[in-house]
Amino acid sequence: MTDGQVIKRARYKSSVKDFGVPGVLKMTRERFFFMPNDPKSSARLNVEFRLVKGHKFTKEGSNKQALLNLTVDQGGNYIFEFDTFSDRDACREYVATAIAVSGEAGRAGSERSAAPLQDEQLSHAEMERRIRLLQEDSELQKLHKQLVIGGVLSEAEFWATRKKLLDENASRKSKQQVGLRNDMFHVKPSSDGQSNKVTFNLTPEIIHQIFAEKPAVRQAFLNFVPSKMTEKEFWTKYSRAEYLHSTKNVVVAAAEAAEDDELAVFLKQDDMAASEARRKIRRVDPTLDMEADEGDDYTHLPDHGLSCDGSKDVTDSPYELYRRSLLQELNRHAAVVLEGRAIDVELGDTRSVAEALARSKQDDLTDEVSDGNINQERLDRISRMAEIDDLQAPRDLAVAPLCIKDPRDYFDSQQANAIKSLGDTLAGAKQMKCSLSTAEAYGSLRDYISEIKTSGLNDSIVKPEVALKVLNGLTQSISSTKYHLGKNPHESVLDRLPYVAKQELLHHWMSIQELLKHFWSSYPITTTHLFTKVSRLKDAMSQIYPKLQEIKESVQSDFRHQVSLLVQPMLQALDAAFAHYDADIQKRSAKSGERPNGFV
Amino acid sequence: MKFQIEDVTVYFPYDHIYPEQYAYMVELKRALDAKGHCLLEMPTGTGKTIALLSLITSYTLSKPSNPIKLLYCTRTVHEMEKTLAELKLLHKYQIQHLGPAARILALGLSSRKNLCINPSVVSAENRDSVDAACRKLTASWVRALAIENPNIPSCEFFENYEKAASDAVLPPGVYTLQDLRVFGKEKGWCPYFLARHMVQFANVVVYSYQYLLDPKVAGIISKEMQRESVVVFDEAHNIDNVCIEALSVSVRKQTLEGATRNLSKMSQEIERFKATDAGRLRAEYNRLVDGLAQRGNLPLADTWLANPALPDDILKEAVPGNIRRAEHFLSVLRRLVQYLKGRLQTENVEKEGPVTFVASINAQVGIDQKMLKFCYDRLHSLMLTLEITDTDEFLHIQTICDFATLVGTYTRGFSIIIEPFDERMPHIPDPVLQLSCHDASLAIKPVFERFQSVVITSGTLSPIDLYPRLLNFNPVVSRSFTMSLTRDCICPMVLTRGSDQLPVSTKFDLRSDPGVERNYGRLLLEMVSVVPDGIVCFFVSYSYMDGIVNSWHESGILKDIMQHKLVFIETQDVVETTLALDNYRKACDCGRGAVFFSVARGKVAEGIDFDRHYGRLVIMFGVPFQYTLSRILLARLEYLRETFQIKEGDFLTFDALRQAAQCVGRVIRSKADYGMMIFADKRYSRHDKRSKLPGWILSHLRDAHLNLSTDMAVHIAREFLRKMAQPYDKTGGSGKKTLLSQEDLEKMGNGNFSDMLF
Repeated sequence: MTDGQVIKRARYKSSVKDFGVPGVLKMTRERFFFMPNDPKSSARLNVEFRLVKGHKFTKEGSNKQALLNLTVDQGGNYIFEFDTFSDRDACREYVATAIAVSGEAGRAGSERSAAPLQDEQLSHAEMERRIRLLQEDSELQKLHKQLVIGGVLSEAEFWATRKKLLDENASRKSKQQVGLRNDMFHVKPSSDGQSNKVTFNLTPEIIHQIFAEKPAVRQAFLNFVPSKMTEKEFWTKYSRAEYLHSTKNVVVAAAEAAEDDELAVFLKQDDMAASEARRKIRRVDPTLDMEADEGDDYTHLPDHGLSCDGSKDVTDSPYELYRRSLLQELNRHAAVVLEGRAIDVELGDTRSVAEALARSKQDDLTDEVSDGNINQERLDRISRMAEIDDLQAPRDLAVAPLCIKDPRDYFDSQQANAIKSLGDTLAGAKQMKCSLSTAEAYGSLRDYISEIKTSGLNDSIVKPEVALKVLNGLTQSISSTKYHLGKNPHESVLDRLPYVAKQELLHHWMSIQELLKHFWSSYPITTTHLFTKVSRLKDAMSQIYPKLQEIKESVQSDFRHQVSLLVQPMLQALDAAFAHYDADIQKRSAKSGERPNGFV
Repeated sequence: MKFQIEDVTVYFPYDHIYPEQYAYMVELKRALDAKGHCLLEMPTGTGKTIALLSLITSYTLSKPSNPIKLLYCTRTVHEMEKTLAELKLLHKYQIQHLGPAARILALGLSSRKNLCINPSVVSAENRDSVDAACRKLTASWVRALAIENPNIPSCEFFENYEKAASDAVLPPGVYTLQDLRVFGKEKGWCPYFLARHMVQFANVVVYSYQYLLDPKVAGIISKEMQRESVVVFDEAHNIDNVCIEALSVSVRKQTLEGATRNLSKMSQEIERFKATDAGRLRAEYNRLVDGLAQRGNLPLADTWLANPALPDDILKEAVPGNIRRAEHFLSVLRRLVQYLKGRLQTENVEKEGPVTFVASINAQVGIDQKMLKFCYDRLHSLMLTLEITDTDEFLHIQTICDFATLVGTYTRGFSIIIEPFDERMPHIPDPVLQLSCHDASLAIKPVFERFQSVVITSGTLSPIDLYPRLLNFNPVVSRSFTMSLTRDCICPMVLTRGSDQLPVSTKFDLRSDPGVERNYGRLLLEMVSVVPDGIVCFFVSYSYMDGIVNSWHESGILKDIMQHKLVFIETQDVVETTLALDNYRKACDCGRGAVFFSVARGKVAEGIDFDRHYGRLVIMFGVPFQYTLSRILLARLEYLRETFQIKEGDFLTFDALRQAAQCVGRVIRSKADYGMMIFADKRYSRHDKRSKLPGWILSHLRDAHLNLSTDMAVHIAREFLRKMAQPYDKTGGSGKKTLLSQEDLEKMGNGNFSDMLF
């Protein structure tokens, strides 16, 4: 993808069930080609991405085909089947960006030149990130289409207000990490029944798991491959060792290990895991630390005490080294799964996986130096655990920050209503008196001081009465709407509207917000650029105005009231903006009379 | 909160108190007043520890004229940490309300391995090598040499501690092992010796059972404790086993071989000393004529595990003449080892009492009972004289001498059993000679005699009348408390049949039945899909667990279980088990949920709590009977029958059921907590088994839950969890109060209190 094109082996199919024509799929920025292996075949393709409307693909799974389906404007589609899912995914990603780029270019191509000059040179990565964001969020895409491609805002202006989205870390963090499957890999040797051959299947997933669970194998891989043996030889040897373990014949294992040094690595107990365990145990919660008992247990001097359980270890020492229990493996496995996927590497390349894992372990080691506060944390935890919860008032738990995936879903009805009712209550409020005499000001200050003196200073920023009033104002119309809606908690005003009207309303609401944001942030106007921007914004807003009216009229009469309730705050906000704009223009023209050297 | 119990003002660090905690304190107070011993059973999850600590500390605060010292014994080090954490909480509260007058010194005490801060010493593998490594740096002769020769390493922490001399004290406060280490590092003093020193002055000492029960340890650590002490054995349901283990020794072929090596090494040393420093040996001889009593004057760092199983007068007696000389003593030991080697070569199982055994030693190799009795201390003296610091190399000969001393000291309550092989593996010769103690009262007797009050408490002491017989003492108070519950937050069930309606059991004939294994597996599988967070499973033994996990693995049940939760397992390797537990908790904390497989009578069952989300369900697979064919157990049963008229069957059932109750009891910690307990074995439905469970479990075991199959159990579990998820009134609302505030306590006099409770 970095070199601007992707070439993969694939089969072109006319339908899903079709076997398909094997060939090579090549994708460039503008178009994709398909060359069948058989030069005589007629299934040769050369399609522009401009024409491709969308793509679909199958989910990853063991027995599913890796399919990619490109739908074209005219209604046709192209289905490709790939050998592996990773090939498919590479193509899929490429297609996704290509569609977005070409789609945008195609539609905006003519207007681009008219739009204000692109004042920043975007890096390729930056561009890609923006495209990805647009793809992930269809609403953003719509807005982008309307405002940027519509020429109201420049690309830079549009993104300037969304710096946070572009912040790479933020976007990455929000993405949920996929954990490991809690699936014990167990080599189930499958023999074909005729010969003595035993087959093992290893997938990149399994290899990753082996490396994570068995550091000694990982280390051996890094040491041996490719200097001493090939990867295939390595895994063959490993499988041999696994097979020996599965037979549970310790004596044979020991004998084989004696002959073959490399095999011995796999057969012996994992020293690295053991030393890692010893390191980790120092961080363990002391109320769990059973190792400390060992140090205190004087009855378990060798040969003291009684072995009453009959759990005596039968340790015939030479073979002990080669004994390995399932229980141990289970513990190790669960620990790795719990740790989660610590590395960020494509699973295909065995070596890089091994290296990445080794690195992450190294990081752990260096972390350890700075665990002073971990200790403190641990102590706090112990004292917290020591308390009996229900004998005392509940203590405040640490709060996790609330992350609202789709704020609109959450705030939809509230916001609209809240603004409206605020307007109502404020309108009723008494007029502010702005010109005060010194005496009046002094008097009111004195009142405040005496009030504080009598009632004492309390920290509330807002007076309770005021707060109550605001709260009532905010909730009143919510509850009244709720009342109208009846008991169904999932239904909001918007859901009862016809789908089209709802979509349109929401869209307008979004774009008004966006426009207003830009509008207000342009004041005070200090440059000509801002001036033109404001006028452009104003034009765009005045275009929305009649559309809102249209919606209001188009809906059925029983919804009209609700819709007008919803639309009203939008109109109010727009009106306020227009009023400000007009006032500003007037002031400006008046001023420009006085000061001929001023701006426009 | 603060309240009166008769003349004592109790400071309790919480705003509320459970009625049974209050009742517990009242009983405890009476025992302290009477200066007698007591036996208290209180269900787990009712805050026993904090009730105990706050009553005893408050008792001392109320009567400053004769302060009593608290010796709090825990089974394990991690329980020690938990206790100290609770004490810290309490201490903070008392300081807040009483000011500096409430200051106490409380500390945990453990071995060098857990307290040492010298990096070169503490890195050693196990306890014995840490001890030896410490001696190599701190033994008096090593330090004497180090003064002359700066190349000989010494321990700076110990040197600093010695230099500080009487200034080296711990300021008042509560010190966990970790705190001691931190303090030691700060001051540059050795925390181990500092702690050992401060134990005499501390108001509260928390340490492990062995420091009082094991004669080898108790001698040096606990000999200076005053009589006015309260000794508490917490989680004491297994105390009889600890007692008999403390006095049991086994000798194997490897032990004897090692002892022979030790002896030749020592005779070399003697030869060397004869050539260079004959005066030393002579001095030792003279000292031994005066008896062993002056052992107490040895330099601090030279003391080691002493043997107070000996009556005091013996210490003043002269060591028998024929083992006073080093060479003679060595030859006595050689003869003893030779004799034991001969005994191990037997082809049949042999069993005899200590008296006949000693007589036969005397007849065959001419060592009499008195010589045997002095072996342990004579060896100690010799090793000091020979300036042996690598004591971990000499463990074998110590074992032999320990054995000799025990055999020479006691004439009853022991038997010597020689087995040529383990009867489960008759083809592998593995001869072992075991000196096994049957009488738990022997080890604990000095404790009862020496200290004013001994409190034995646990969640499981049923039947409560058995313990005084086993331990041979007369409690002034012996009470078993029930649990007043706000809601039915525990749900015990007896599962007798699998989903296919066939009985499940770990009885010998059913144990390896694949159907039973499968039914157990299905039960767990159903449960993991229903129960949130943590589930704990207990199996009857390691070998059974190993077998069943393997068979679940092969049949794919384990894989299905892992679809729902992570699986962690207790193994015989403590490091691994500890990590598994830590990970288990992490998995429960993060919401992933996990299953922990553990073994009844194992280390996890003994002291790890699975409270709150760490354990919403415990499954006890089978009845954890002891291995009934073990000859040691048979010998003990015989002794119990003859001495205490306790029937074998009764004792075995009692023992199995207390283990089972202990396992399932770990699941609940407070009344806000909730958990289910499944006893998965058909034998639990029988009355004679079931009735041995503690009352607080029985009272929640409904008749309808006595004979369940898997599907019924799953249904009940679902219902129970749904019920527990509902909000409830913590104080118990109407009817009986289950949570008392200060007001409630003030309102009721002591008179009507008991009406209110029961």
